[in-house]
Amino acid sequence: MAKIIGGVTTSHIPAIANAMANGLEETPYWKPFFDGYPPVRDWLNEQKPDVIILFYNDHGLEFFIDKKPTFAMGVADEYYNSDEGWGIPTIPPVTGESELSWHIANSLVEDGFDMTICQEMKVDHGLTVPLNLMWPGHNYGHVKVIPVCINCEQHPMPQPKRTLALGQAIGRAVESFDDDLKVVVFGTGGMSHQLDGERAGFINRAFDIECLDKLVSDPESLTKYSNYDLVELGGAQAVELNMLIAMRGALLGEVTELHRNYHAPISNTGSGLMLLENK
Amino acid sequence: MANLLGGIATSHIPAIGVAMDKGLEETPYWKDFFDAYPPVRDWLYTQEPDIAIIFYNDHGLEFFHDRKPTFAIGASELYENADEGWGIAEIPPVTGETELSWHIVNHLIEHDFDITVCQEMKVDHGLTVPLTLMWPGHKYGHIKVIPVAINCERHPMPKPSRCYAFGKAIGDAVRSFSGDQKVVVMGTGGLSHQLDGQRAGYINKPFDLYCMDKIVNEPELLTQFTNYELVEKAGAQGVELNMWLAMRGALENEGSLKELHRSYHLPISNTGAGLQLLATNNAR
Amino acid sequence: MASQGSIPGTIMLDGPMATKGYPLNKMCYSFNNASARDEFRTDEEAYYEKFKLTEEQKQAMRQRDVIGMLEAGGSIYYLAKFAGILGLNVQDVGGLQTGMTTDEFKAFLVKQGEV
Ligand SMILES: [Fe+2]
Ligand SMILES: [Fe+2]
Repeated sequence: MAKIIGGVTTSHIPAIANAMANGLEETPYWKPFFDGYPPVRDWLNEQKPDVIILFYNDHGLEFFIDKKPTFAMGVADEYYNSDEGWGIPTIPPVTGESELSWHIANSLVEDGFDMTICQEMKVDHGLTVPLNLMWPGHNYGHVKVIPVCINCEQHPMPQPKRTLALGQAIGRAVESFDDDLKVVVFGTGGMSHQLDGERAGFINRAFDIECLDKLVSDPESLTKYSNYDLVELGGAQAVELNMLIAMRGALLGEVTELHRNYHAPISNTGSGLMLLENK
Repeated sequence: MANLLGGIATSHIPAIGVAMDKGLEETPYWKDFFDAYPPVRDWLYTQEPDIAIIFYNDHGLEFFHDRKPTFAIGASELYENADEGWGIAEIPPVTGETELSWHIVNHLIEHDFDITVCQEMKVDHGLTVPLTLMWPGHKYGHIKVIPVAINCERHPMPKPSRCYAFGKAIGDAVRSFSGDQKVVVMGTGGLSHQLDGQRAGYINKPFDLYCMDKIVNEPELLTQFTNYELVEKAGAQGVELNMWLAMRGALENEGSLKELHRSYHLPISNTGAGLQLLATNNAR
Repeated sequence: MASQGSIPGTIMLDGPMATKGYPLNKMCYSFNNASARDEFRTDEEAYYEKFKLTEEQKQAMRQRDVIGMLEAGGSIYYLAKFAGILGLNVQDVGGLQTGMTTDEFKAFLVKQGEV
């Protein structure tokens, strides 16, 4: 039986990739951010998960608004990164896993989730930055990744209650898979930030901390927010919280917080790193 | 509020498009099939709908397995047809609209349907053949079309009950739209057929007749099937019944329906071809 | 889901089959473009290579073995685009799969209306 052993929340902003490519981890600006990561890396290296289910949003590499899915998931054995147009380095291919992926896809469609199912897809910084953060030097080839992409770019977007339900359905699907696999779920992006408009630069530290607390102890309470509320409280791109909420939905057992590091600002965002154990 | 006038279910097989291009409507093979259409065309002509919401499936023109939506909906002012690879003639562009389309999209997301939203999409014979059947000579430019594609090509596919609920949500969205447009819904495809495997050519006439009978007042007898059961009873492509069920779902909250037309003819190409017209009380 | 039982003469194009069939279906999807069809006609073997078909898929293609293509993960919707290159319609393809001539296959279709 496959088992979800834990969940991780992390930022996925491209500036992180540039900082790592340029070796800036120890500079004053970056140090408080990168210092948060070794405990999570150590845990991953100890636990040795076979599969990472990674919730992210595509920022216009694979999906354009001509055909924009609400929820898309990969079922391929390999995924490629590529040029995103504004200078983040391309990273090596990501290993996929088609068997568990199809099992999840079947289960989700059966449960009334209308997935867009991708046998070939390019993955952007939303997915690659977190992988490189966890396994620096692009040493993530051994871990199999299942990308799950949530629309956070164009309204209407799925609401927190729907993304929590998606996470829960994925959690049930994984637990009904026969093979013995250790699975960790990543919720990436956020937290509060706004890139566009006169309100650009908006960050709400108190709201971010409250969200992290609720993610641990009472994720249902976050479903009281609409996406409009999230934009109001956390800025236009704070809807990326939906990825963190989906991750938490997939943890169906008893959840314990093992590590947390909140730091703001990183680029224009509040960055929330958290490691949750699922028993 | 916008008004739903009724629903039409029709075959969408490409051979029909080819037959119309070649003017074969009166030949012995085709005559019985085409003779069924004038009453439905007349009804459309009298009712003057502004918008047609068309449930169809894409057979590999716009969508490939690289990223295959369960449900996709268009929100564009224009839809182009294109070369499908095996020789059906391309037809002139289809007129779209964006206001009701986006209203439906918002309603669907709000009600937990995880659609793919398309601001540009090519539409294949699944959508163009029914339009040409209803308005021969490609005279469909006046009607605004909202294309809704349902995955019927690769498992897992949405369940019949999910397709029905999807249609129902679209019907509710139409009724909650502030405009006063007149809308028809079309469920296209089917009925029983199987193109692939040693079982190719399989048609199940009694089952097709059962579906056409039950869809009028007892659709719940059809939505309880699984897709596996549909394949078993109606052939590998018999799952196209899901588009009929979505159409019927859209009429769910319209009260009593009048069945104004029903006909069935086989074989048309490899299929049992059904035509059915269900009118609501909004129709004249 | 596609996994319950099996229906004789029917291959469910489910996830694992679609994974296996991906290169073949991708090649056939390309036939929506006239230039791709020409490129295929000019050098079939090179075209198989371009889409990295498996040996099983190449063999089925070379032999025009429709059942073999389905067993190799082919989807009838994309194979239909290949059939177009060969000038075959769905009755011809039906005959090829069932071991009938096209006329026998057409008669078989008609017969199912007589119930
Ligand atoms: Fe992002
Ligand atoms: Fe079809």
